Amino acid sequence: MNRLPLFVAVPLFLAFLIPVLGRKWKTLPDILGNLATFFLLLLSLSILGISGVYAVGGWPPPLGIVMVSDGLTTLMLLIVALISFAVTLYSIDYMELYTSKTRYYSLFLLMIAGMNGVIITGDLFNLFVFLEIASIASYALVAFGCQHEELEASFKYLVLGTLASTFILLGIAFMYGTYGTLNLAHLARLISENGSTAATKCALGLFFVGFSLKAALVPFHAWLPDAHPSAPAPISAMLSGLLIKSIGIYALIRLLFNVFGFTPLISHILITLGILSMVVGVFLAIGQWDYKRLLAYHSISQIGYVTLAIGLGTPLGILAGLFHLVNHSVFKSLLFLNAGSVEYNLGTRDMKKMGGLQEKMPVTNATSLVGAFSISGLPPFNGFWSKLLIILACVQAKNIPAAVWAVLVSIITLSSFTKVQRYVYYGKLKEEWKDVKEAPQTMRIAMVMLAVCCVLMGLLILPGPRNAVLTPAVNALLAGREGYFNLTFSR
Amino acid sequence: MAFTLCFVLFMVGLYGVLSKKNMVKIVMGLVIMNCAVNLFLIMLGYKKGGVAPILEKKTNLADFLARSVDPLPQALVLTSIVIGLGVLALTIGICIRLYEKYGTFDITEIRRLKG
Repeated sequence: MNRLPLFVAVPLFLAFLIPVLGRKWKTLPDILGNLATFFLLLLSLSILGISGVYAVGGWPPPLGIVMVSDGLTTLMLLIVALISFAVTLYSIDYMELYTSKTRYYSLFLLMIAGMNGVIITGDLFNLFVFLEIASIASYALVAFGCQHEELEASFKYLVLGTLASTFILLGIAFMYGTYGTLNLAHLARLISENGSTAATKCALGLFFVGFSLKAALVPFHAWLPDAHPSAPAPISAMLSGLLIKSIGIYALIRLLFNVFGFTPLISHILITLGILSMVVGVFLAIGQWDYKRLLAYHSISQIGYVTLAIGLGTPLGILAGLFHLVNHSVFKSLLFLNAGSVEYNLGTRDMKKMGGLQEKMPVTNATSLVGAFSISGLPPFNGFWSKLLIILACVQAKNIPAAVWAVLVSIITLSSFTKVQRYVYYGKLKEEWKDVKEAPQTMRIAMVMLAVCCVLMGLLILPGPRNAVLTPAVNALLAGREGYFNLTFSR
Repeated sequence: MAFTLCFVLFMVGLYGVLSKKNMVKIVMGLVIMNCAVNLFLIMLGYKKGGVAPILEKKTNLADFLARSVDPLPQALVLTSIVIGLGVLALTIGICIRLYEKYGTFDITEIRRLKG
């Protein structure tokens, strides 16, 4: 797996190259940024489903740092690369609204490097370092506009994010103090051999709080509805679509399933957090009139679905959860890009001031309709299949209340997105928006690309594509501590 | 005893972050928490009367292993301090910009975002 370090090295190198070269050639940041994400997309397609280990500097585990790739890793890498490619394409025109594209691409690539690092690392402290790289870049990107709201949201996000990181670091200290190693697979082996002590349980609690804060699960969600809408639209798409999943959900489930071992208590906590996020998120979303803020609350709700399904711990539940995670990345990014293109042309996010945009912005309207259908679970879009699987998994695990909540929340989501379509795109065109134009070319391409993905990813439910993409990821989690240890120490 | 003090320091920082209204005091709380965790990490590797973990050719290996302190937490803490410094610089930068916009450090007066 010699290709594995490239996922971190390429974006990290370009993140520092762009500010150096971008000062002379103004178009260079656009070109390099798009080439980098396109390269990562091809690279992640080339290793899809392949598992392997790369020892950094040639030091074998558990002494050196390892990078581990299994089904779940490659799935996450693919989705990160796909969304970030669409987003960089979109940024070419959208970021003309802001002043400094060089700094934007630099921070953007740093964030991608951090997320990819979290996904591929097999070392607990290394995970913390990459998590902080991604977080710091995202704090700066939320504050990118430097207006009142952006700075306020960024400060709030920064304080809570740093709090979460400190908890995670303390958890790491507990783990090192107890077991004397930081390699995830070695830790997994030691925990299963020696049993867990009070310090292990303490560390588990700290990780739960820390990663739940990063993933914005209710009751740790307070920062998300401020931070995600305040960022520039492409960054909102990145944060909601990828960041909360890769450094929140992914890191949490990797630790729970492959290091600590999945117990009924953990399953119970995850299900409770999931249902709570699902219900609270959607109820807070109903009353919103700010386009992007509404979408941000729906992110909390949809992450609740993912957590609930994975928390069931059954093969079907994990499959449904990962499927919904991937789908949510696509349609939520799409919806944020739609909101961005409306904001680009109208200069406002207040839905009460909009109306009748469907004739002026046909592409945005059509793609937004696809996104809205997907998130509220209407067939034949991808959201329908994953929600159906989640409900089936709940019933199969004899958790009927969870299934009922899942159905109810889905209906409320549908009503909420009917409101979006009704007030933004349908109805009478207001006099002041008479001269509004459709979004520029690259922005349209990015939106259409994601909309097509929304339709095509429904096909992942079929046995063939499912076995190629989703099943290896499910197996990686189900393999538990034993499987992860054997993979990391396979050489 | 030392671990208890470390825990107390962590709690002081947490209290500062959660209950203070001045942004600068919140930032100080974050720094104190970070220092408490760093201290905790360093103490994990400490041995009473330990020697620096530098292996020379003439030292006796068994004796060295028994007496030297654990070098890994020191490397971790160095990394952690650098990360903490980066976060601190960004936080202070945002605080200064916020002060320019709102003219106050009081977070109860900085609330344009609602809902």
